[in-house]
Amino acid sequence: MKYVDEFRDGTLARGLAAAIRAEADPARRYAFMEFCGGHTHAISRYGVTDLLPPNVRMIHGPGCPVCVLPIGRIDLAIRLAFERGVTVLTYGDCLRVPASDGLSMLKAKARGADIRMVYSAADALALAQREPGREVVFFAIGFETTTPPTALVLQQARALGLANFSVLCNHVLTPSAIQTILESPEVRQFGTVPLDGFIGPAHVSTIIGSRPYEFFAEEYRKPVVIAGFEPLDVMQAIRMLIRQVNEGRAEVENEFTRAVNRDGNLKAQALVSEVFELRRSFEWRGLGQVPYSALRIRAPFAAWDAEVKFGLDYRSVPDHKACECGAILRGVKRPSDCRLFATVCTPENPMGSCMVSSEGACAAHYNYGRFRDHAPDNGRSTPPATIRLAS
Amino acid sequence: MKPDYVRPLDLRQGRIDLNHGAGGRAMTQLIEELFARALANDYLGQGDDGAVLPAPAPGERLVLATDAHVVSPLFFPGGDIGALAVHGTINDVAVMGARPLYLTASFILEEGFPLADLARIVHSMAAAAHAAGVPVVTGDTKVVEQGKGDGVFISTTGLGALPAGRKLGGALARPGDAVLVSGSLGEHGMAILAQRESLAFESAIVSDSAALHGLIDALLAAVPGVRVLRDPTRGGLATTLNEIARQSGVGMQLDEAAIPVSAQVAAACELLGLDPLYLANEGKLVAICAPEDAEAALAALRAHPLGRAAARIGEVTADPQHFVQLRTTFGGQRLLDWLSGEPLPRIC
Repeated sequence: MKYVDEFRDGTLARGLAAAIRAEADPARRYAFMEFCGGHTHAISRYGVTDLLPPNVRMIHGPGCPVCVLPIGRIDLAIRLAFERGVTVLTYGDCLRVPASDGLSMLKAKARGADIRMVYSAADALALAQREPGREVVFFAIGFETTTPPTALVLQQARALGLANFSVLCNHVLTPSAIQTILESPEVRQFGTVPLDGFIGPAHVSTIIGSRPYEFFAEEYRKPVVIAGFEPLDVMQAIRMLIRQVNEGRAEVENEFTRAVNRDGNLKAQALVSEVFELRRSFEWRGLGQVPYSALRIRAPFAAWDAEVKFGLDYRSVPDHKACECGAILRGVKRPSDCRLFATVCTPENPMGSCMVSSEGACAAHYNYGRFRDHAPDNGRSTPPATIRLAS
Repeated sequence: MKPDYVRPLDLRQGRIDLNHGAGGRAMTQLIEELFARALANDYLGQGDDGAVLPAPAPGERLVLATDAHVVSPLFFPGGDIGALAVHGTINDVAVMGARPLYLTASFILEEGFPLADLARIVHSMAAAAHAAGVPVVTGDTKVVEQGKGDGVFISTTGLGALPAGRKLGGALARPGDAVLVSGSLGEHGMAILAQRESLAFESAIVSDSAALHGLIDALLAAVPGVRVLRDPTRGGLATTLNEIARQSGVGMQLDEAAIPVSAQVAAACELLGLDPLYLANEGKLVAICAPEDAEAALAALRAHPLGRAAARIGEVTADPQHFVQLRTTFGGQRLLDWLSGEPLPRIC
């Protein structure tokens, strides 16, 4: 654990917090979007907000693969399980995402659908191999990080000629989402969402490298700092962003040099492009149809593409009327601005997807931060009472 | 005339069938040859429908607790469902401040379950009950058809005697009180999870399953005024403290750096994106006492083999929202909320 502990050192954090306070110009306000849910989770989990000066605001972006999954895609999986009798396998936190008719995969499972949790795409393939009489569909989701393992199992399924296995592909792409946010009227036209820079994704960047972000820095004049998911990484990235803003720079900087380089993992990229191609358009929860923002399975792998194999017909389903997930994902609103937050929408009974995964902005605020909504100064930290601890 | 001859149970190759729950000779044979023999004591030996027990001493009150065990897998590093069924119920009685006296056990067996596995479970149960000095005095056996059970379900009920004048309960925590735990957290939950999901870790994590009445005796002898005791089982420390906060109408302020978690559990949690404070424990104690008693309570816990890693992890606060808050290792502040649903690993 030494490797991890080094990035969670409280003394270092306090030093870094002091440096941030010293560098942040009190005369200006800074608004940075952490795109990735992993960063949102780290910020909430470690109470990083308490260590930042009041004029530095973090906006939670749409980088949680569970949160951006539209209702219609979950419906496809549930219909497959109910109507075609297939076994649907997926990652844990997909199970709670709300779908149509008050269902989720977890609720559909309780009503008899054969839906199971797996830890990896390889586990799904292994089940199909073990039980040839069972029709197995892997419900694949995630950004660039989880795409190569899905590509790999598709390659393996083809090599094995595995007839009872297919993938329902929902893989999405980070740069297209960032561009959509930068092009959104709230940011461009109305300026209702001030956005001074991005904390770039950690795991995603290990695959795609830092090069894809150069476009945003140059074209939109927004600094990007790629950072790891450890809380010290996040704080260091905030400091680097403040510095860029102060100096009037807009560059891609890499705080996560221990895992990310400019070009990324070329082998993984080659694997992904062999198996997948761009979709012309894909619906994102909160962002709507986003052009060239997702992947589909290439024709040579069509026999393992659940959409082709089962002739699936995608139907878009609107979110609950009062749900503000869309605005929250775009940084327009905060979780506590939503009428449903912590009233009818809770982690036990999520109405919107942001309340599902611990990486979602609403779930992170609910689980870790909602005591702040009740604090006398509403929002800023109250110094904790001193605790006397035994040695 | 031939004597009554019954072929003995085949405890190596045999399997549970519907006859073992039908109430006839096969069931009696199962009870006599396995349950009564392994769990042997005078009460069970009577073979009656119930156990006749002596009344408690004058002034003492009875404490009754019951617990159903549906653990999967049935055998895991550090224990099995049999020992767990004994420890869990003893602990429920003991955290009430009572002296556990007797247990009852009810078995729901699935048709086809190997008798060898059942024997292993019952012997483990017997060993745990014997070591704890708390006999299983009466019980019940049912068999369900294949597919309608998960091998074995065990329900246990425990009866204990609460000494005169002793008062403990989840509603008694007061602002300013100290919050203690008896050792490192999350070991049972992670041992089960690792086994269930066939996750191979370099070093095996072992369940902390244990009967806590000895540890509690030592604690109450040193600090009779302890206000709240609880074993943080399902939902882990976080959920237990939220329960107490709600019952007592208080909040809590904890210090993350002071909460003991073994390096192995922390590493496994890191890998799976889980929080050790939400994982189940089966041999750990949460104790809340007046701040002036905290040092004596800690010393008593640490002097017992099951409490060597005891720690003071925070204090009770006045908070109308009943929030359990955590000062992170980072110096930030966050909520330590109730567990919501099953802990599910994150995607990336």
